[in-house]
Amino acid sequence: MSITPYRVPVVPKIKRDNYIKLYEKGFRTDERDFYTPRKISIKTNVLEKANGSSLVKLGNTTILAGIKIELGQPYPDTPSEGVLQVHAELSPLASSFFEPGPPDENSIELSRVIDRSLRDPRVIDFNSLIINPGNKAWVIWIDLYALNYDGNLFDASMLATMSALYTTRMPELEELETGEIKIKNKVSNRPIKINKRIVSVTTAKIGKYIIVDPNLDEEIISDTRSVLVFDEEGNIVGAQKTGMGSYTMEEINNTIEISSKASQVYFKLLEEALENEKLER
Amino acid sequence: MSSNKRIVVPGEVIEGITPSVQEFYAFNYGDTTRASMIGVLDIKQDGQTSFSPINGIYMPREGDVVIGLVTSHGVSNWFLDINSPYQAILSVQDFFGVRQNSQAPEDPFRYLQIGEFVKAKIAAFDRIRNPLLTVQDKGLGKIVEGSVIIIHPTKVARVIGRKGSMIETLKTTTGCEYFVAVNGAIHIKCDNKDLETIAETAIETIESQAHTSGLTERIKKFIEEERKIRGV
Amino acid sequence: MMARPEKFIDESGRRVDGRLPNELRPIKMQVGLLKNANGSALVEYGLTKVIAAIYGPRESQKSVSLPDRASLRVRYHMAPFSTEERKNPVPTRREIELSKVLRESLEPIVMTNYFPRTTIDVFVEVLQSDGGTRTVAATAASLALADAGIPIKALFGGVAVGKVDGVLVVDINEVEDMYGDADMPIVAAPDLNLVTLYQLNGVLSKDEFQEAFDIAMNAITGIVNMEKETLKSSYQVENKEGDLEK
Repeated sequence: MSITPYRVPVVPKIKRDNYIKLYEKGFRTDERDFYTPRKISIKTNVLEKANGSSLVKLGNTTILAGIKIELGQPYPDTPSEGVLQVHAELSPLASSFFEPGPPDENSIELSRVIDRSLRDPRVIDFNSLIINPGNKAWVIWIDLYALNYDGNLFDASMLATMSALYTTRMPELEELETGEIKIKNKVSNRPIKINKRIVSVTTAKIGKYIIVDPNLDEEIISDTRSVLVFDEEGNIVGAQKTGMGSYTMEEINNTIEISSKASQVYFKLLEEALENEKLER
Repeated sequence: MSSNKRIVVPGEVIEGITPSVQEFYAFNYGDTTRASMIGVLDIKQDGQTSFSPINGIYMPREGDVVIGLVTSHGVSNWFLDINSPYQAILSVQDFFGVRQNSQAPEDPFRYLQIGEFVKAKIAAFDRIRNPLLTVQDKGLGKIVEGSVIIIHPTKVARVIGRKGSMIETLKTTTGCEYFVAVNGAIHIKCDNKDLETIAETAIETIESQAHTSGLTERIKKFIEEERKIRGV
Repeated sequence: MMARPEKFIDESGRRVDGRLPNELRPIKMQVGLLKNANGSALVEYGLTKVIAAIYGPRESQKSVSLPDRASLRVRYHMAPFSTEERKNPVPTRREIELSKVLRESLEPIVMTNYFPRTTIDVFVEVLQSDGGTRTVAATAASLALADAGIPIKALFGGVAVGKVDGVLVVDINEVEDMYGDADMPIVAAPDLNLVTLYQLNGVLSKDEFQEAFDIAMNAITGIVNMEKETLKSSYQVENKEGDLEK
């Protein structure tokens, strides 16, 4: 069951008017243009006990991704593939708008959009995660933790997921004399096989303007939002309208063009962040 | 006067209608006026256009006489279900026609109990507060005899019928008295219990067969036959 | 489980169930079938059957009450017998997400501002699932809201566009959804040119993505026209009597 949110922050009417006045002049409150995301910082391998991890800051929005790999069983309908599980936790420590308790619809939506974008486009090579077809497979648990919420959880979560996956190391197996398979070391040097990189581009529709990477204020005053996920070839590998409003067809076409261009910026920033990480390590 | 009637559905452009704030069956969108509910658009020859929704919700209006069912009470109010999105409030002071609570009986809720019906007028309603009822007018107050049957508020027009034809049929064939409140509650007063049952069944039939034709005739026949069977 | 077909489109250009790429499944619509609800509708696209019921507006519980508008409460649920194997009736993460996106598709359409402090309930139950359930749910919700007399800005409808064997196809069934390259459910109100829901599971090029919207808008225009016919013929008889005039 989903109910119209009743714990939403109230935005002063004047704020929306002021934002739109600024947009008319072509800029935003934080001196960005419409199409540029906030500053991105990515720090990988921040957790020792996880197989992969990443702490991503997109402006003030902070997401910690932890990846754990365990032995499990493949799904009956995909006996020769590993298993992916994505979960998101909108922890109450990240915002006064988040309530403790089981995952709510927002966290479920976030994790499912990330999950779909990884699964169907086969971002991870699921066939490389099979140990014994129909019987034993690796289970990849991706847990996304919001630590500070300042809008746009989708793009930050996707960057955290991708960068954590890039630094994930598989466990090492050993076969006992009985033929039983056991984990020998929780982490080896073997990386996880990744087929392609993807980035998520969230845009907000505010009045007639489409802006990339809305911060919390912009998210709150927005009419609605669009999440488009791109691969490096420019294909769209996931999409979700999120938020209460609607789009005209012209606005959708506009959103696609803007998001597609912005995806290049995200790819560049992801690339740079991963390069910097390599140098630092 | 002849006229041109057609059914319109939500989103359809309707010309010649000026939506008001109170009425929510039409709205302005861009430079068009559109229907927001299913209704009959009636374009008369002189160009006058009217729109009547044919299903919908009873929204209280000041001055409406309604029949409400007492569902609970507070310290100095009763709460009534008036077949609308909002629960109505009747104050102890109003019910007893006094200026102060102290002037009302000590145990006011004994005089109007949960489960009883009240015929009342909507004294005030602005959507921010719940509708306020008054019984301080002629013919209003607790319903002490007869029975009350509740139908969908949109079927009220059907029970009344074109130029009152249906309600007239009910009256002449049963000899009962009827009060049809706009909120879909109908108060029936008959000479005996058998007639009351016949009248109730007839109204239930009107509600469930509202969309069929030749209903007035069928209701008339039904009541006459039932009276013969029951010998009343 | 259903097997993966060798080909999704045969030599004559027809799909697994004999349809052409731009052809909808047979659609059936019925309104007002549930007596207790304020409004209801049953919609079928081929084997997918969804029933929708509207309750309210009725006063909200204090804790969720909004001072300036009605709250919308939407529940998308799949009946245990709706799927190939029995589905546990406990709401899944999928059902929670779909309830959310469906609610968000209704928010810009339902004129909630007329009923402050109330709740309007939209309950949709998937009775049988053969692909496109959330879009059929949207179509059923549109009819049920109109049947309930709840003011809405326009009728709306949904359809899922898919991609099989490299071809974009409209109104995909379960096999096309399960083994196809993409599933893109879309909900729109064509009279107002408003898209209120879209999702994508799978891979489409940018051009295909845009084309999918065009295909969907075309199909939804037809579906909404069917809704109009259904409502008009359901209410026509009442009108003939002339008794409904005020």
